[in-house]
Amino acid sequence: MQDLQLPPIDYGAIAPMLILFGVACLGVFFEAVLPRAARRSTQLVVALLGLVAAFVVVVIQSDTRILTAGGAVAIDGPTLFLQGAIILLGLMALLLVGDRSLEQGGAFVAQAAITVGSDADRRQATRSQGATEIYPLAVFAIAGMMLFVAANDLLTMFVALEVFSLPLYLLCALARRRRLLSQEAALKYFLLGAYASAFFLFGVALVYGFAGGVQFGTIHDAVRESTQSTILLYGGIALIAIGLLFKAAAAPFHVWTPDVYQGAPTPITGLMAACTKVAAFGALLRVLYVAFDGAAWDYTPVLGAIAVLTMLVGAVLAVTQTDIKRLLAYSSIANAGYLLVGVLALSKEGLASTMFYLVAYGFTVIAAFAVVTLVRDADGEATHLSRWAGLGRRSPLFAGLFTFILLAFAGIPLTSGFIAKFAVFGAALDSGEAWLVIFGVITSMLLAFPYLRVVVMMWLSEPGESTPTVSIPGGLTAAALMIGVVATLVLGVAPAPLLDLTTNAAEFVR
Amino acid sequence: MVGVSDFPFLSILTGAPLVGALVVAFLPRAKPELAKRVALIWSIAVAVLAAVMWVAYDAGGERFQFRESYTWIPAWDARFTFAVDGIALVMLLLIAVLVPLVILASWHDADSSKRSVPVYFALLLALESTMIGVFAAADVFLFYVFFEVMLVPMYFLIGSYGGQRRQYAAVKFFLYSLVGGLFMLAAVIGLWALGGKTFSWQELLSADFSTNTERWLFLGFFVAFAIKAPFFPFHTWLPDAGGAAPAGSAALLVGVLDKVGTFGILRYCLPLFPEASRWFAPYALAIALIGIIYAALLAVGQNDLKRLVSYTSIAHFGFIGIGIFAFTTQAGTGAVLYMVNHGLATGLLFLVVGMFVARRGSALVSDFGGAGKLVPLLAGVLFFAGLASLALPGTAPFVSEFLVLIGTFTVNKTVAVIATAGIILAAAYVLWMVQRTTQGTLNPALSTVDGMRRDMTIREKVVVAPLILLLLLLGFYPKPVTDVINPAVQATMQDVGKTDPAPAVQEASR
Repeated sequence: MQDLQLPPIDYGAIAPMLILFGVACLGVFFEAVLPRAARRSTQLVVALLGLVAAFVVVVIQSDTRILTAGGAVAIDGPTLFLQGAIILLGLMALLLVGDRSLEQGGAFVAQAAITVGSDADRRQATRSQGATEIYPLAVFAIAGMMLFVAANDLLTMFVALEVFSLPLYLLCALARRRRLLSQEAALKYFLLGAYASAFFLFGVALVYGFAGGVQFGTIHDAVRESTQSTILLYGGIALIAIGLLFKAAAAPFHVWTPDVYQGAPTPITGLMAACTKVAAFGALLRVLYVAFDGAAWDYTPVLGAIAVLTMLVGAVLAVTQTDIKRLLAYSSIANAGYLLVGVLALSKEGLASTMFYLVAYGFTVIAAFAVVTLVRDADGEATHLSRWAGLGRRSPLFAGLFTFILLAFAGIPLTSGFIAKFAVFGAALDSGEAWLVIFGVITSMLLAFPYLRVVVMMWLSEPGESTPTVSIPGGLTAAALMIGVVATLVLGVAPAPLLDLTTNAAEFVR
Repeated sequence: MVGVSDFPFLSILTGAPLVGALVVAFLPRAKPELAKRVALIWSIAVAVLAAVMWVAYDAGGERFQFRESYTWIPAWDARFTFAVDGIALVMLLLIAVLVPLVILASWHDADSSKRSVPVYFALLLALESTMIGVFAAADVFLFYVFFEVMLVPMYFLIGSYGGQRRQYAAVKFFLYSLVGGLFMLAAVIGLWALGGKTFSWQELLSADFSTNTERWLFLGFFVAFAIKAPFFPFHTWLPDAGGAAPAGSAALLVGVLDKVGTFGILRYCLPLFPEASRWFAPYALAIALIGIIYAALLAVGQNDLKRLVSYTSIAHFGFIGIGIFAFTTQAGTGAVLYMVNHGLATGLLFLVVGMFVARRGSALVSDFGGAGKLVPLLAGVLFFAGLASLALPGTAPFVSEFLVLIGTFTVNKTVAVIATAGIILAAAYVLWMVQRTTQGTLNPALSTVDGMRRDMTIREKVVVAPLILLLLLLGFYPKPVTDVINPAVQATMQDVGKTDPAPAVQEASR
């Protein structure tokens, strides 16, 4: 029998992922052995420490540019930058997840299966500590996303996709308040996500049939030289793109987004809006830039049309929303469109500006959801927009912060939102995609209206009877909020360091 | 030796009001008087600095003076570059003079509202900072940043402290301006991508574009400026905003903020896109002419004093537009002088109207009638402001209007003749307004209003005196201002590639 040659693995380069997978397994172990009272604090501390450690290793590794694990994983500039971004944004989301000062037991229910409103449910509401499995689940998701942006072959990418998706499906279902809505959202997300995964897998099979391999380098060569039928290639690209665009929440694969964003516990919504977006676009960038760049002429018009559709759908439907979480969901869809504009520049600038946009948007959106967790009444978060009327009078500080966040979404200068938009539009125009820029600008005009409506609600309307109070945030939420707002401001006023960082990182290895 | 011109005037002039705004905003809400005094002293200090700069400016020297440049975003070659030519300098002076007077005039404006008084004055100072920045910037990116950020303080001034329909007016103002700004954003990105990847105004001056590109870029900038100015048919936001804003803010809105539009055309549209400017000139002249006649007719029919003044402004902006697009030095100088004089005259008119409104509690012309019998001095000032506004010889606006008309007459008689009809209409709307409010039989309802028994207070006299003085002074001796403006306008006309028509002198036969 022939000896199996194990491929050499550079453990240093993949250490950040190993650390996080290790921490997640450790969390599962803690869940089994630790007494109930000690679980939450241990889990939170271990998860945060694991993220910090992983971030440190990413920084140490920042000059690594290699393919490892038999070419299944690429550790290069974009990988390391995006992994760092996922860790930082994940850290912020975890701060929101861990906060228990706003609600007894936190935003997560211990046993979601208990019937809502039953006696057992009431007992649970008063006594129980809330779930602690969420910490290892969140860490599994974050580690999966890190592998997703590093994957250098389609099968590894698929495995990573499932690793980060499954914990998210679960986390979505665990909201303490409005539990039925939460469970419905999780089921919806799961079913549609399963379809998307199936599409992706089918695409992988077609591309394998075309290229005779799943590694991006092999595919790249095959796109140039293969004599196989291109139907396999185009079908494969289309199906893989559907899988990725689903995660990125691009139209017409976006329909899950508003429901899931609304139903999921708000900290998890923040995690999805920031980190999932980074992961999805990281993978999309690698697939398009490394594997299929030879077919750029064929897929650019189609993806361009999707980008335009995404921007339009996000902007137009955001105007009609009456729920703040759904509004932010449609805004996130529109932002996926702007990100696609950056991706379609298909240049070094396009890669750099898209990465900048992901980070800038991630910080702002988590801060936005942090504010959403604060505006509460007796029934939990008050997410209906009419309830936000006059909030500026009740608590000027948080209304002011949220106004700043909305101005950043609208792309007003001196916020990161403006710099990010400028970067992706500039890159796209430079690559001759003027039509995408024009649609981007037009939809920005449309999108300004819903943001402005919220500002008007908060500041210019009189507070009504039903205007909820803004809870004083605990240390964790306050920290996440402040990090997000400060990052939004700093990246808007002095973006040069991060722009340099993205430019230096903007080169894939093949 | 370090000369006075090496002193970083412009960055200090831009930054100082912002620092003042922060200081004032955090003064205790319970001590409104303190906030008012600090704001007043601060703005006077800024005015003194501006006066020193005026003295240090060398009218016959380089086109751009007080140049400062600091690194900002090297990746895009965007820099903090400040520099002023004569046109920008006189606008800075106008701002520096108007803001202290507006602060003094608005002394009690915020008292009656339920909102914080210190914040009102902080917003005024923040507005001053952004207005100075927009005129002082010599980097296209920096200009755009100030151009957009300027909206935010004005939005809250109108929306939080305005009169009836303030919400509607504030949102309309913001959306109109934002839409214009986004058109400009697309053009700015195009300018950068196609003009050699730089934002430096000086370098962009020598950039070459294809005819079509140049026209599109011109249009992007022009639409933004035409909305800001506002020119017909983009003007509909101004009467609402001017009518709803507190009188002091309205004076700044119409007196200075709108001048950014005409200034932008002179600084950006004409020099950067000379061919397109010449091509579009007939259309620009046409909408300017329509604006003069149409807005004047609407002004005649207004029953609301503040809306009436807003409409007169639109008519005046038509004159400025004609002066710019006639492409002669005379008309151009007249247009710039008009920008200054209009700021003084309309500023005065708005402030005086504000004094009437504060007394009567209503801005409707029909609520007055014979007011001159109760408040003779105030009525006299209104009469003077009206006469200045209709460009009576001896007041400053006469000089500028005359320059515009003769400068235009030398190249385009038709336009000049039609525009002259606007003067007649101006007399109609001003005199009729004065007659209906202050002359004639006393409205019996008026004498029962307590406020109408008090004539001008000392504070109000201090507010109007400098403006009246300046209007008379510049009416008889405009040379100090025209000397500064003239070289800058000449340089601009050279950029457009237009020379003044040679005077038709017959060769004397020998």
